[in-house]
Amino acid sequence: MSTLAINDLHASVLTDGGPREILRGVTLTVTSGSTHAVMGPNGSGKSTLAYVIAGHPKYVVTAGTITLDGVDVLAMTVDERARAGLFLAMQYPVEIPGVSVSNFLRTSATAARGEAPKLRTWMKEMKDAMGVLQMDPAFAERNVNEGFSGGEKKRHEILQLSLLKPKIAILDETDSGLDVDALRVVSEGFNAFREETGAGTLLITHYTRILRYIHPDYVHVFVDGRIVESGGPELASVLESEGYERFVGNAPVAS
Amino acid sequence: MTSLTAPPMDLAPRLASTAIDDFAMPTGREEAWRFAPVDRLAGLLEPDGGSAAVVADPGPFISVVDFDPEDAGHWRPTDRGAVVAWAGARSAVQVRVPAETLVDEPIVVRLQAQGPRAHAHVDVRIGAHSRATVVVLNEGGSDVSGALVTEIGDGADLTMLSVIDGPRENVQMWHWPARVGRDARFTGSTITLGGSVVRNLPSVTYAGPGGAATLLGAFLADAGQYLEHRILVTHDQPHCTSSVVYKGALSGAGTHTVWVGDVVVRREAVATDTYEMNRNLLLDDGARADSVPNLELETGDVVSAGHASATGRFDDEQLFYLQARGIPEAVARQLVVRGFFVDVLSRVGSSQWRSIVLSRIADRLGMDPDFELDLEAAE
Ligand SMILES: Nc1ncnc2c1ncn2[C@@H]1O[C@H](COP(=O)(O)OP(=O)(O)OP(=O)(O)O)[C@@H](O)[C@H]1O
Ligand SMILES: [Mg+2]
Repeated sequence: MSTLAINDLHASVLTDGGPREILRGVTLTVTSGSTHAVMGPNGSGKSTLAYVIAGHPKYVVTAGTITLDGVDVLAMTVDERARAGLFLAMQYPVEIPGVSVSNFLRTSATAARGEAPKLRTWMKEMKDAMGVLQMDPAFAERNVNEGFSGGEKKRHEILQLSLLKPKIAILDETDSGLDVDALRVVSEGFNAFREETGAGTLLITHYTRILRYIHPDYVHVFVDGRIVESGGPELASVLESEGYERFVGNAPVAS
Repeated sequence: MTSLTAPPMDLAPRLASTAIDDFAMPTGREEAWRFAPVDRLAGLLEPDGGSAAVVADPGPFISVVDFDPEDAGHWRPTDRGAVVAWAGARSAVQVRVPAETLVDEPIVVRLQAQGPRAHAHVDVRIGAHSRATVVVLNEGGSDVSGALVTEIGDGADLTMLSVIDGPRENVQMWHWPARVGRDARFTGSTITLGGSVVRNLPSVTYAGPGGAATLLGAFLADAGQYLEHRILVTHDQPHCTSSVVYKGALSGAGTHTVWVGDVVVRREAVATDTYEMNRNLLLDDGARADSVPNLELETGDVVSAGHASATGRFDDEQLFYLQARGIPEAVARQLVVRGFFVDVLSRVGSSQWRSIVLSRIADRLGMDPDFELDLEAAE
């Protein structure tokens, strides 16, 4: 049983014009086995929240805490956070020229597990995981994210998730750029991971359509750098029919 | 795509001579020497009767003979460094592959300088319709200047790799003139890792139509090294191709790399296909990379002619992505730098030497050998 606890988190992005506050007091707890959907309009700070949890150097935390099973996440380096069991499936995965998917996956699995997986069993493990996501085995020979379509990038993120088996998964707009078929395949891949590991999930999305495939236990409306309303899955239906206007109008003004 | 953006290049055929006085001592103001730390090269620019020979162990296709200016290959010195080396050369290392011979195993030439300051003459001739791979290793602890003169016979196919590695205090100056025969293929790669000041001048000419030349380079510079590559490809035969791809990674205060790629397409070289590219990766703020591609077309009747050059900083987003998967920062950096070189190294033509060079680069990056083995196994 793992718990990611975020408490009154304030964070700024470092820009050329100086720091600019984006997160204005986020409080949220994600435990194993539960899925939290965080939904909000463009630019509300959803990716910032994901990046700050993962430790992206572009952001600074100005107040608040993040702990994983009571351990201070903010004191860890990016790779320590990942090895502690946090995983961020990115909205915009980065190309890494000259590094093959198979190399990359094996290197990260080695880091996550503390030892290199045996080559034979590893090949099978990778092949099986790719099968679930309906990925061509030739994919493993391509360079990480280089020339990948939007759908391929997202499949590749979920592939990593299923191989690295984190305690807490953060999915940032995994549904964007996916057609209906790809969305179904990627969601099924994720659901298989969740069932197998019982991980906790923070599912960041702008649209409700992914929630037809990945059922959340909780839905949070995220506006202007904080959660303005929380509820059960029914809240997603409200957003579906009414959009964000009501919440945007009610957003507390930043100090 | 054709572009003519670089400063005008001197299109006159370059002076070739074996008389030292034909080449004045460079001051550093000359176009060809403008980046080079001439003072640090001075020891190899003044004739000195005491210079030692550069030899190699004889072996299949390899022999060492007294240097004979009358039998030294198709090329004559074109600058001060070359003419001083020519005058001081005592031995010549010869690689001779007779006509119509297919050599499967790489021919490995390990150069050995017999004194702290030495001049080399390496003379490689591949007979018509032969195929071979030649690797020239130059990693001794000496100041060395000289020439690696390469002749690829009609219809022959030569894959060649020149590796400069070894101690950091040495100065090296090399000319690498290759003449490509009719319908012949040449892939020549320079891997430059060692030395304090290294100046490499690969050049290509064509002896007949239909020749194909690929020049590849990978260089890794740090801790104040100066590594210069000046390439000259002269197309004066029709239906020939040239492809030049050089990549460098740099770090450290005072580190400086220079890449100058001159490609001339003469009026008679119709249906030429040429492309040159240099990319540099700055690993920190201390290092400086100069990159100057020059393409001069005397005919518009080409298949294609292009050039590209880019120098970029290490991408922190790549680092973040890898670290976010649990990979420690140092390993992540090594992966990115190694990946940067992979497309050049995958084309060097010998899978065995590709691995060797990759692990040398990994070594230089301080990569854990076990980790490196794992990567190789996973590939
Ligand atoms: N490097 C940056 N420089 C300046 N502003 C930034 C930077 N990164 C993010 N921001 C700003 O921070 C705010 C939040 O961005 P963020 O990407 O977290 O939003 P989001 O909710 O994920 O949006 P989307 O739905 O478009 O993905 C936006 O106004 C954005 O413009
Ligand atoms: Mg976002």
